[in-house]
Amino acid sequence: MLQNLKQSLIVSVWFVFLTFPLMVVRVNTMNQEVIWRWMNMVWVAIGSFILSYLWRYMLARQQVRKKVTDEGGEIRSKTQLLLEDMSFRYKAMGVILLAALVFPLVFDTYQSTIMISALIYVVLGLGLNISVGLAGLLDLGYVAFFGVGAYSYALLNHHFDLGFWISLPIGGILGCLFGIILGFPILRLRGDYLAIVTLGFGMIFKVVMENWDSLSFGPSGIANIDKPSFFGMDLNLANSTIYIYYIMIAMVIFTILVTNRLKNSRIGRAWIAMREDEIACVAMGIDIARTKLSAYALGAFWAGMVGVLFASKTTFINPASFTFMESAIILSIVVLGGMGSILGVIIGAFFLILLPEYMRAFSEYRMLAFGAAMVLMMIFRPQGIISNLRQTYQYKGLKDKTNNG
Amino acid sequence: MVEKKHKLLEVKGLTMDFGGLRAVDSVTLEVYEGDIAALIGPNGAGKTTFFNCITGIYNPTKGDILLHPKGLKTRRLNGLKPNKVTEMGLARTFQNIRLFPDMTVLENVMIGRHCRTNAGIFKAIVRSKSVRDEEQQIVASSYSLLEKVGLADFANEFSKNLPYGAQRRLEIARAMATDPFLLLLDEPAAGMNPQETSDLEKLICKISTEEGIAILLIEHDMKLVMNISNSIVVMEYGKKIAEGAPQEIKDNPKVIEAYLGEETDA
Repeated sequence: MLQNLKQSLIVSVWFVFLTFPLMVVRVNTMNQEVIWRWMNMVWVAIGSFILSYLWRYMLARQQVRKKVTDEGGEIRSKTQLLLEDMSFRYKAMGVILLAALVFPLVFDTYQSTIMISALIYVVLGLGLNISVGLAGLLDLGYVAFFGVGAYSYALLNHHFDLGFWISLPIGGILGCLFGIILGFPILRLRGDYLAIVTLGFGMIFKVVMENWDSLSFGPSGIANIDKPSFFGMDLNLANSTIYIYYIMIAMVIFTILVTNRLKNSRIGRAWIAMREDEIACVAMGIDIARTKLSAYALGAFWAGMVGVLFASKTTFINPASFTFMESAIILSIVVLGGMGSILGVIIGAFFLILLPEYMRAFSEYRMLAFGAAMVLMMIFRPQGIISNLRQTYQYKGLKDKTNNG
Repeated sequence: MVEKKHKLLEVKGLTMDFGGLRAVDSVTLEVYEGDIAALIGPNGAGKTTFFNCITGIYNPTKGDILLHPKGLKTRRLNGLKPNKVTEMGLARTFQNIRLFPDMTVLENVMIGRHCRTNAGIFKAIVRSKSVRDEEQQIVASSYSLLEKVGLADFANEFSKNLPYGAQRRLEIARAMATDPFLLLLDEPAAGMNPQETSDLEKLICKISTEEGIAILLIEHDMKLVMNISNSIVVMEYGKKIAEGAPQEIKDNPKVIEAYLGEETDA
């Protein structure tokens, strides 16, 4: 405590010294005079002192927590306890669903559009969560699958006039296929090597789409893609936005349902086991090749599907929408939200997509804030906003023997 | 030795080279039904390499590994993937514990049931009656295995939070979940205190007699080996130097030399 205060004091004095020429002294060359801004010095001192102290306090807290968990104890935060309470969970879900349903009726088209893009990222995050969060396979080229879906709808619509609803599963399946195509060469890779190959895959997709003019119309992209039709009717902009919003809500619910079921199934357990220890996993009779491919394929499936929706929402796509930056954002959503946790990924997506939208005034500092948030997150909460809740199994026959089983 | 026992595992002239280094040199070994066989030898003798060859983690350079499941035809294990070997009924544990730390104790055992169940992706999404029944069965059988090794109370703890000895027992339970007829234990008593070791001894005997699973173990704890095993193979520098019942091994001059060094005239 006292030690921390002392350290913080030293830091603040040091900062005052460092920033003195920048923040305090100002030379007005016109009047040839020096302006001493002493107030700035005070602010620097107070600011750096508080930040430094906070930093130390958080680190100390982290240490204490780590010590407790190392000794076999467990710290369960209030949110975690709340999340484990089933009745609260259902109530919260009901409220959120209701809010989601009335949202486009209450707010205008602009708000709905922003919300649609956030929901797109929710689905992308949940998809990537399968391969990164559950199966532990780092994927830096995930946006390529998103692009596959978007381009498949754009091209099918352009050449064959196929509608949105037919293209939706086709996009998903094509994404799946590309997931398997990527999966085969990287079956034997791990860690850094895996990251590099997937990164390359994402790059290849973009470069091919930019240069294969006869297929993808190059950098100029494909325009005039049909919006989803509502029983054959053409809707005006406001209504079609609301319509897409509801499609997106349905898709998010569908994704949550499916990923949740997968997570707690035989396949999901195999994915997690593979993430934890590949050698032990294979020694326990799990086919690693098949498990890896299924993780990639299912992860890519959602990207493909939501890609179709993206194309129909923007009605125009070009390769510039599928840069590495997008992959990085989706990966950040998963890491920031909490690997393997569905709720965490959803919160992470809203956080990372909505915050920049509503803070447009500070858009110049976006990357700065983004980076700082990531660094702080990794130091203080490496497990993400919501750490993965463990699945507990009830076994009826033993309830009377154990009090927690 | 009792005659007419069914031979489960037959390893003939197994050789494993790593570049110019011959880690295992034409080792022959047989495990019979109901056996608790032990593989001993000084550090670096090639015991774990031998295990890794049998379980498919390495592909041996030479030799035959034949598995004779009861009532089924003989299978050659050379070059098979580890998961296939496990499917055939040969499970193992690891020298350095390899659990799935961020999964619960019960889930760890449930992973062992993976190769004996078959719910696919689509079935898992639809979650039909048959899948739910299968899940129930996985939980039930895993739970009863946990009871056998005395870990049922920890079923919903993370496996990383278990004490060391319990982690070893969990690894055995996980291996048993794959329904093996032969269990390979790689130094199950390493790092255990005397109390834990004697518990382990009882557990191994129980597995052998009650479950009818044959056991092949690598172990440095001589007391444990002499107490429970009925046949011992000794390895040194990749070669088999002795084989026989515990008493024979104890008196074998070659074994004594391997462990204590050559006797020299001062």
